[in-house]
Amino acid sequence: MQNGEDVKKALGKTAAYGSDIDIDRFDEGTYKPEQYENLEDAKEYKDRMTDVGMATDENNRSGSIIFIDNGMSHCSNKEQEGVELMSTNDARKKYDWLKDYYWTAVDPQKDKYTAKTYLEDSDGYFIHVKAGYAVKNPVQTCMLLNKNKSIQNLHNIIIVDEGASLEIITGCATSSHANDALHVGVSEIFVKDNASLKFSMIHNWNTETGVRPRTVAKMGKDAHFINNYVLLNPVGSLQSYPAALLNGEGSSAAFNTMCLSHKGSNIDTGGMVVLNAKKTSAEIMSRSIVKGGQIIARGRLVGNAPGAKAHLECRSIMIDDGGSSIAIPELEAHVADVEMTHEAAVGKIARDQIEYLMSRGISEDDAVSMIVKGFLSGSINGLPLSLKKEIDAAIEKANLGS
Amino acid sequence: MLEIKDLHVEAGEKEILKGINLTVKEGETCVLFGPNGSGKSTLLAAIMGYGTCKVTKGTIAFKGQDITNMTVDQRAKLGIGMMMQRPPNVVGVKLGDIVKVAGKGDDSAIKNAAKFKLNGFLERDVNVGFSGGEIKRSELLQLTAQKPEFVLLDEPESGVDLETIDLIGAKVHDLLYDPKACGVGNAVKRHVASLVITHTGQILDYIGADCAYIMRDGLILCSGRPMDLLKDIREKGYGECVKCRMVKM
Ligand SMILES: Nc1ncnc2c1ncn2[C@@H]1O[C@H](COP(=O)(O)OP(=O)(O)O)[C@@H](O)[C@H]1O
Ligand SMILES: [Mg+2]
Repeated sequence: MQNGEDVKKALGKTAAYGSDIDIDRFDEGTYKPEQYENLEDAKEYKDRMTDVGMATDENNRSGSIIFIDNGMSHCSNKEQEGVELMSTNDARKKYDWLKDYYWTAVDPQKDKYTAKTYLEDSDGYFIHVKAGYAVKNPVQTCMLLNKNKSIQNLHNIIIVDEGASLEIITGCATSSHANDALHVGVSEIFVKDNASLKFSMIHNWNTETGVRPRTVAKMGKDAHFINNYVLLNPVGSLQSYPAALLNGEGSSAAFNTMCLSHKGSNIDTGGMVVLNAKKTSAEIMSRSIVKGGQIIARGRLVGNAPGAKAHLECRSIMIDDGGSSIAIPELEAHVADVEMTHEAAVGKIARDQIEYLMSRGISEDDAVSMIVKGFLSGSINGLPLSLKKEIDAAIEKANLGS
Repeated sequence: MLEIKDLHVEAGEKEILKGINLTVKEGETCVLFGPNGSGKSTLLAAIMGYGTCKVTKGTIAFKGQDITNMTVDQRAKLGIGMMMQRPPNVVGVKLGDIVKVAGKGDDSAIKNAAKFKLNGFLERDVNVGFSGGEIKRSELLQLTAQKPEFVLLDEPESGVDLETIDLIGAKVHDLLYDPKACGVGNAVKRHVASLVITHTGQILDYIGADCAYIMRDGLILCSGRPMDLLKDIREKGYGECVKCRMVKM
């Protein structure tokens, strides 16, 4: 456990990246939201949930956890024998061993957002897959920010035990009346030896919403982690820089980020993978479309062990003037036997490609949107089909033609 | 069907076409001969309306409408289609997606992909890593879905092996001739007009041709019967052609 006084001091600590947000400006979030036995009954939130990839009928899902503001509103589980789903605070009461995980991946003193989450004893979702259990359908979690002018503090813990496998689809959304609000989500992820986790996140915030997730994944031997991050709608200020620590030999991580930056949005995304063990591999892939606003795509690979292999790619399409795109790829090696590469490209869509499609009778707008859809989702393997559909719908809505 | 008058076109700040006059009638196949760099591809691109070609003077009319200032998709919707010599790679856009959209709800072309030897290509990013012959077949599959009334064919048979030429020839034939008129492969009546660039004239064995033009340095030097011109070019080369025109003038 941390020294509370030290953590309190960290409340004043500005984050390394992203604009500084005054957290005292926000009211406390709701802790006891309405409870829904059946997601179909959550009429008020249904559309928002669907927009971020939630299956409200829960078909083809192993289970669901819904948070509204700071409290759990729904929890269902079809895989009782292999999966445990509950709130983090319930799990802490139930399992003494959770202290071996709780605040061990993310440092509460990292910045003001983690400190706040620590001091609030924030709740969140707890997902545990038992050793050797392969969860067939994805678990879905949804974080709804409902109270305007409030701060949503969450602390999630995901443990995929030895030899187990899990896919999670997470949607984060603000309800239409909550615009000027702040979402802070700490996620501590543990993928044990020979286990795998695919984690896809899709977001739907509002034009003034502040978003500060803090995610760290610790990886065991031959463990694999794929992280898909999708942001297609306007956001106020988002700063996200998840990290994967490849501590086990032969482990791997892939961060795929797909962003569409709108006018007024300030986005700072990316990820870091630290290759601490032998024969680990990583891929950081960022694709962004800039219609306006500013997007910074960061990527950092740190090679600390022999045989480490990693690639980083930041690509960005500028649709119009008036926005900016900044790619910051970083490669860092501390041993000789590593192979790390990066590629970055920024530009507009080549005119000859648009006209080639137009020569088949396709309008300019449709040609641009076909190319953009392909650019965002076509190149990334393992994107859930439902997310691909959401991406296509959002691109259509964004009306990217000039 | 197509009428071009005194067409001047710039590409890359340079005048490439210097006053082209050319007519293609309904159902006609016209051939464009000419040495490399004479502006043949530029003329086809200007007819399709590609942005790299800037029309500085003259007009292009199609089916009686002035299309000189129309966008590429407007021209395509009017019925013009093009088989490019070197189409661009479009990463992320699958051949199947283009064929589907070009077909406007008629999926017969997509079902016939195997007949173009394009099994497995519908799911691939268009042109990315395609061989020369695959590009030609993919262009023809797209055009077949599109069903244009007038096609621009830029060296449809160049750089492919003999077997592929047979397939390409048959597919171009199907594109130009109404299969219902006289039975598949034997139709005599063309229902689609075309302007074809060829160096060897091989494609003409499959589709026939009604008229031909020789281009050089952005100008049309002469016109005549396709086989006569081809024979002259084969025997005397383009140099003689120029002289012949000089004499005429
Ligand atoms: N976009 C361009 N920019 C500069 N020069 C061009 C461009 N397009 C074509 N040209 C030039 O115009 C001339 C004619 O080219 P092209 O039409 O491709 O000839 P052809 O098809 O008859 O071989 C060439 O000299 C070529 O280099
Ligand atoms: Mg050419």
